[in-house]
Amino acid sequence: MRSKVVLRRLYKNRQARYGFAALILLVALAYVGPLFGNYEWTEKDFLSFLSPPGPDHWWGTTSIGQDMYAITLRGMQKSIVIGLLVAVISTGLAAIVGAFAGYFGGWVDRLLMSGVELLLVLPSFLIIAIVSPRLKSDASWLWFVVLLAAFSWMVTSRVVRSMTISLREREYVQAAVYMGIPRWKIIFRHIVPNMSSLLIIDATLNVSAAIIGEAALSFFGFGIQPPDVSLGTLIASGSGNATGYPWLFAFPAGLLVLLVLSVNLIGDGLRDALDPGSNS
Amino acid sequence: MSILEVKDLTVTFPGGIQAVRGVSYEVERGEVLGIVGESGSGKSVTSLAIMGLLHRNAVVTGSAKLHGRELIGMKEDELIKVRGKAISMIFQDPLSAFTPVYTIGDQIAEAVRVHQKMNKDKAAKRAVELLDLVGIPHPNVRAKAFPHEFSGGMRQRAMIAMAIANDPDLLICDEPTTALDVTIQAQVLEVLKTAQRETGAGIVMITHDLGVIAGMADRVLVMYAGRPVEQGAVDDIYYRPRMPYTMGLLASIPRIDGEEGALVPIEGNPPSPASLPPGCPFAPRCPMKVDMCDEEEPPLVPFGGGRHVACIRAQEIEHKGLTGADVFPVPVIPPSDVVRVPRAERATVLELNDMIRHYPLMKGAVFKRRVGTVHAVDGISFDIAEGETLALVGESGCGKTTTLQQIMQLVPPQGGRVVVLGKDSAEMDSATRRALRRDVQIVFQDPMAALDPRMPVGDIIAEPLRAHGRKDVQARVAELLDLVGLAPEHAERYPQQFSGGQRQRIGIARALALEPKLVVLDEPVSALDVSIQAGVINLLEELKNTLGLSYLFVAHDLAVVRHLADRVAVMYLGKIAEIGTVENVYDHPAHPYTQALLSAIPLPDPELERSRRRILLEGDLPSPADPPSGCRFRTRCPKFARLTEAERRRCVDEEPSVARLANTVDHGAACHYAEEIEVITASDDQEEK
Repeated sequence: MRSKVVLRRLYKNRQARYGFAALILLVALAYVGPLFGNYEWTEKDFLSFLSPPGPDHWWGTTSIGQDMYAITLRGMQKSIVIGLLVAVISTGLAAIVGAFAGYFGGWVDRLLMSGVELLLVLPSFLIIAIVSPRLKSDASWLWFVVLLAAFSWMVTSRVVRSMTISLREREYVQAAVYMGIPRWKIIFRHIVPNMSSLLIIDATLNVSAAIIGEAALSFFGFGIQPPDVSLGTLIASGSGNATGYPWLFAFPAGLLVLLVLSVNLIGDGLRDALDPGSNS
Repeated sequence: MSILEVKDLTVTFPGGIQAVRGVSYEVERGEVLGIVGESGSGKSVTSLAIMGLLHRNAVVTGSAKLHGRELIGMKEDELIKVRGKAISMIFQDPLSAFTPVYTIGDQIAEAVRVHQKMNKDKAAKRAVELLDLVGIPHPNVRAKAFPHEFSGGMRQRAMIAMAIANDPDLLICDEPTTALDVTIQAQVLEVLKTAQRETGAGIVMITHDLGVIAGMADRVLVMYAGRPVEQGAVDDIYYRPRMPYTMGLLASIPRIDGEEGALVPIEGNPPSPASLPPGCPFAPRCPMKVDMCDEEEPPLVPFGGGRHVACIRAQEIEHKGLTGADVFPVPVIPPSDVVRVPRAERATVLELNDMIRHYPLMKGAVFKRRVGTVHAVDGISFDIAEGETLALVGESGCGKTTTLQQIMQLVPPQGGRVVVLGKDSAEMDSATRRALRRDVQIVFQDPMAALDPRMPVGDIIAEPLRAHGRKDVQARVAELLDLVGLAPEHAERYPQQFSGGQRQRIGIARALALEPKLVVLDEPVSALDVSIQAGVINLLEELKNTLGLSYLFVAHDLAVVRHLADRVAVMYLGKIAEIGTVENVYDHPAHPYTQALLSAIPLPDPELERSRRRILLEGDLPSPADPPSGCRFRTRCPKFARLTEAERRRCVDEEPSVARLANTVDHGAACHYAEEIEVITASDDQEEK
């Protein structure tokens, strides 16, 4: 019943509709677009280096003759997957750890929170930089996702914990206790949904943070490993020539902006739909 | 000559929300004008507009003249000279009205120095004088205390001291006693009367409590949907109301001296100020409505004898001499079958035996050490028979809520026994406990806080059903909504789309979902407006009778208790002071605390209020961390003060236990010198003592 109401409210929300439309288009572009291109992303055209956008190379070529259209879309596939996965994993982890620590209190709280503090004092950039290049398997980018997520949930989980402590005293939570509902169920039914605004905003911020974090690490050669590409690596390599050869920078950067914007619009719409108090 | 003259005042908030739509009144010197109305009727906004305290985006029109000087549209720096000097305001919540970082004395002295040329020492001395005037003990010591070190009642007194610091001509009191307990309320109202005598100021008393108005006001203004609907002398309004809304309001209040039977509810809800009906705003709820009511809003017209009424049928009401009970349909509540069986033969639903709940008082941030014990509940015993309502009454901090939580948690108490439906909570395994949760349900005080705002109503009501594995959830939800007087299609809405009374009905529906045997009601109507309250009380009574429920009813409103309960237990500082049937306890209270409590309750009856003698209690509730030895009430007991030295010994040394009084079946008091007196009806008896 609730999901039906939320979906209806989401559909009524204009921002969310645009956001979803944009995201679907971008995802379609990333995954369907390459089928229509003239080149594969692994191909190199040795006849045209750094050629501007034209009928053959729609978005131009790079300095080693790669088709910008093909590699940008390939990079976007990676960025979408990395961004969404990192956001979902880190926000989910933050919600669960924070809510359990806050709701149960006592030794559970102390144990979980000391774990959080330990992770907070570890230099995440250094650890990812050291570990990431050593993962030489085919799915090394998945490990990269796990590493990025593992170091981005702690602050949110502390916020979640303190919110849980105040929510725990609410009468509707007590009512659920007196109804005989198990405590883990109360956490997922009454505590986590009542923080959904926070979690959704956090998740959307995490999407862009993950993409940017990935780009930063890739720039130093610690993230996505060549020959694989992501929007981050493309922006990093294109930014040096942004004035002379703008297509190297404009297409990946523009798509990144569109991607983050559409996710943010969906985030706003979801928050409005989930929160009966907001009526925009 | 009138001090304040308000004419055609309107306040419009952005979005076309007309909060106040044409209010006119005058206040004379030494006069008390009461403004009553339900929440959202615009009574507070009116006074804020006069003080110039509204947000800048509120549009205020009309005029408010103080001694002939126009206040509306006055420049801010001139208004500052008026505020606190000529007009003072007393707010509802005295904690947020004081700055927490300065001492009370400093803040009062500051109020003096802002408007009067006076040096610091003199201002400080004046502050102490003022604190003394409002009855704060040891004023020179207490002036150096911070606001959080004062109790609620003391803070409100300090607030009054601050308000009268500059001899204002007009005091605006916005719900000054709503946040206080009844015995403290009686003290504060007494202080207000003193303050008025001292300053000769006019008072505008804004409240929803018709009892307070009856005792204080000379004239009354009744507001509804941003407009005054009736205005006149207090006796006229209370004894001869001529507007159906006033009549309904007066008829819907449960009275402490009242009779049995259903209350008279006003159907429906006050209209939203954003979408007012075209005609009379009360018409949709009015049983006397005729077609003409929908055409045009009736103006407030003079009615003779200095009163004004805004109703087209006022003449008719006058002519036929109609009263609220004639106009408003009185619901018929089916009688209960269970009560025909004598109480002794009925099954016991809940039994508490010397139950104790203490909390440790800890100190220290890192190394916590125990510095004391809060005796929240210190050995209380009572039982509830099937089909019976037991009310647990007492002021805040007496341990009502702790008792209730202990019962609901179904865990072994620290001391004594809790037996629910024949099962001892100390000997329960978790499966029994879970099964028992079906039969014991709770309705909370704040209908907004008790419903998960993120869940549609249907899911909220379905939650207990699903938790206990019921299959026919949808059908049952519809049935429950119908049972509490809501429509089944409401299941898809969120709680905040409902009004307070409707939300409370949802809470009741959830509590009844599993067909419990015992329902614990934690102040179920205290957050509701009077006209809504009556409907919910009737519903509770009807459900009890038709479904054969038993209630444990926790409340501080003794009038509601009288109406709903069969038996009542009065609590004081974690102990039961008096217990018995409602008739016995209310008509012949034997414990001095019960007597004081009952006498402190204002009656919505001006004549009775004027002639009543109150038993005023001294001071505040002692801290439950350090209760007095012997009888816990002795520090405030008016009877203790009259005893001889030898008799007092017993109160100090020996703790009284609840003893059954002679010649009654069901009435006991925990007092060594219990003596029955009548407090409510025949207040003359008091004078002889």
